[in-house]
Amino acid sequence: MSGFFHYFSSHASSFRGEFWGLLVGGLGSGIIYAMVAIGYTMVYGVLRLINFAHSEIFMVGGFAGFFVLKYTIGSSTPTGFSSVLLIILGILAGGTAGSLIAVLLERVAYRPLRKRGAPKIAYLISAIGASYFLLNLAAKEFGRIGQSMVQPYTDHPVFTIFGAPVQMYTLIIFIVAAIMLVGLDRLVSATKLGRGIRAVAQDSETASLMGVNIDKTIAVTFILGGFLGGVAGFLYAMNVGVLYSMGFTPALKAFTAAVLGGIGNLRGAVLGGVILGVVESFSVAFVDPAYIDVVAFAILILVLMFRPTGILGEQIGRAA
Amino acid sequence: MNSLNVKKWLKLLGAVFVLSELTAVITGPPGNPTHPWEGFHGSIVDQASFLGLFNTQRWAAFFVYGLIVSGAVYVFRTQKQFIARVGSAQRTVTSNKTVKITSSLATIALVVLLPTLVADPFWQNAMVSQIAVYVLLALGLNVVVGFAGLLDLGFVAFYAVGAYATAWCTGALPLPALFGIHLNPFYAIPVAIILAMVSGIILGIPTLRLRGDYLAIVTLGFGEIITLFANNLNGITGGAMGTAQVPHFSVHVGPVNYIWGIPPVPYYYLTIAFVGLFIVAFSLLEHSRVGRAWTAIREDEIAAESVGINPLKYKVMAFAIGAASAGFAGVMTAAQTNYVTPATFTLALSINILVLVIFGGMGSIIGVVFGAVVIQTITMYLIHNPPAGYQPQDLYIYIGALLVIMMIFRPAGMIPARRRSRTNASVDSSQG
Repeated sequence: MSGFFHYFSSHASSFRGEFWGLLVGGLGSGIIYAMVAIGYTMVYGVLRLINFAHSEIFMVGGFAGFFVLKYTIGSSTPTGFSSVLLIILGILAGGTAGSLIAVLLERVAYRPLRKRGAPKIAYLISAIGASYFLLNLAAKEFGRIGQSMVQPYTDHPVFTIFGAPVQMYTLIIFIVAAIMLVGLDRLVSATKLGRGIRAVAQDSETASLMGVNIDKTIAVTFILGGFLGGVAGFLYAMNVGVLYSMGFTPALKAFTAAVLGGIGNLRGAVLGGVILGVVESFSVAFVDPAYIDVVAFAILILVLMFRPTGILGEQIGRAA
Repeated sequence: MNSLNVKKWLKLLGAVFVLSELTAVITGPPGNPTHPWEGFHGSIVDQASFLGLFNTQRWAAFFVYGLIVSGAVYVFRTQKQFIARVGSAQRTVTSNKTVKITSSLATIALVVLLPTLVADPFWQNAMVSQIAVYVLLALGLNVVVGFAGLLDLGFVAFYAVGAYATAWCTGALPLPALFGIHLNPFYAIPVAIILAMVSGIILGIPTLRLRGDYLAIVTLGFGEIITLFANNLNGITGGAMGTAQVPHFSVHVGPVNYIWGIPPVPYYYLTIAFVGLFIVAFSLLEHSRVGRAWTAIREDEIAAESVGINPLKYKVMAFAIGAASAGFAGVMTAAQTNYVTPATFTLALSINILVLVIFGGMGSIIGVVFGAVVIQTITMYLIHNPPAGYQPQDLYIYIGALLVIMMIFRPAGMIPARRRSRTNASVDSSQG
């Protein structure tokens, strides 16, 4: 324990100097957690269950973007307009792969159980099995060592906030996330498709009586959540690289974010992701780096114990 | 009508094709990071001999295998209805008491005589450290998952507590020995069991109020954190290296001086004695008031609460009792192998134990023992005589697939629990 306080006091002073830098870094990772958290929260809305295999959707998205860029980018780092195109290509690859895996997952691991009306524990076990299967298949096919992404652009500081540089990478993830999150918000709250999703989330039986195709709506929910998860995987991989187990920790944190914001609540998931990212980033200054992943987990336990409905409250089926 | 049938058959054919090719990829050569498509390419278009008759590409061979297997399943299913009709008349004859007693005596005799039948040292060792110990772990997890219906993905934490408690009592850790002297592991058994139970209670009280899916993810995180601490608290656990100084079991009573050593057979008898003890204890528990309370909570928590059962109390009890057998398994492993390292206590092991329970049958003691013996024997066989192209890590792919397959086709396991099978139908149809 004395070690902890020593660590605390020696790092608290540097924290003041690094505040803005840590804030920018935290917002960057937070927005990625938010995109993954959306997938958890949407699936929870329509199926009332946690999609344990979401971490593998994230991983597959990362790998899809990785391979597409690996085989399209030559020896020199692209610049200008071709950089933009390549990033869009990577995003589409990651998102498409994420959607594909998500919809397959729903078809193979969830739908047969749903048709039978299986108890909840069966869904959880099936999801864990599917997740474990994908994880280890990826390990077999893509190898067990991490690889860094071929960069579609040269990273450089664009501007500074109170002396803290904001990298091009951070800017890219903010722009992409903003477009996708706003797009999703509009889709869910203002289109017929979104109304269907909300109707199923509120009461699937009544929704089906009103003419909503339940199977199709659930599949669409997985596709949307999978797309965001896959894109998040690609954005994460641009910075960190790819590895078969890359999804585990970010997904656990994104789940925490979804619970923190209020599960089933889309805006809550974004808020939870951003808060978690920032808190985690700040905690770097106070906690021994070996235990940094414990911070998110401790937050999860505390939220579940004291406010299990999250900050904005569980909001299943209401307009985002 | 006819076109609908054609569509249905085409769909089925497509599913068989996809599954066969997936199997081809799983069993095929591994890829490598610089040439990621090598694995897929090798799995699909490499030459394969079709049952030694002629050579073809792997995809075709696997598709034909898939068709044969699905054809066999189709025939079996139509036959089974016939068998079930005939079998129902015979069942009353076969399940009488003498048959039951004879078969259990035969099983006990087989278990006792097994070390004399199996002489291979690899298998003698596997029987203790990979089968009997896993039976203990599966029995413990069965109390949590099977009896009480709580999905615990961090079960390995209790195993770790048992192993580290043994190392602590015997003075093998950097920490001073628990009672000041380096004890023989026999004395560590109660300490390990009590510590495992206490950690079950400590983990259970805050988390067992949560809904089932939250519980799963929290226990998953908890299991990871235990490993993290074991890896990093060098002054207490010995860090990533752990310890390799746990002594063997020994007895020094009057003239009797016996030390369990490297040969696995004495450990085998010691472990199965305790396995028997745990089986008896858990069966008694299953049919006691506590066991019925667990069933009630598992089937309908609100109804259970309304008849005066305190769900939290009984859930915590399930955690603690399940932890006890895992803690004991920890003592056995630590004493037999002499070492304790964090690398043993991974999420992969938690999922491995879960598979034993699911395959055998949640809530069925015979089923769980059967599941553990069968799956661990297959695992060990694959390690001992690996087929061409098999890598040890491939096992995890099959484990994941097995979990999904069991949940789709046989959720109650190979030997379903009797009480559960009575209620299964109603549970499956009442929840949407």
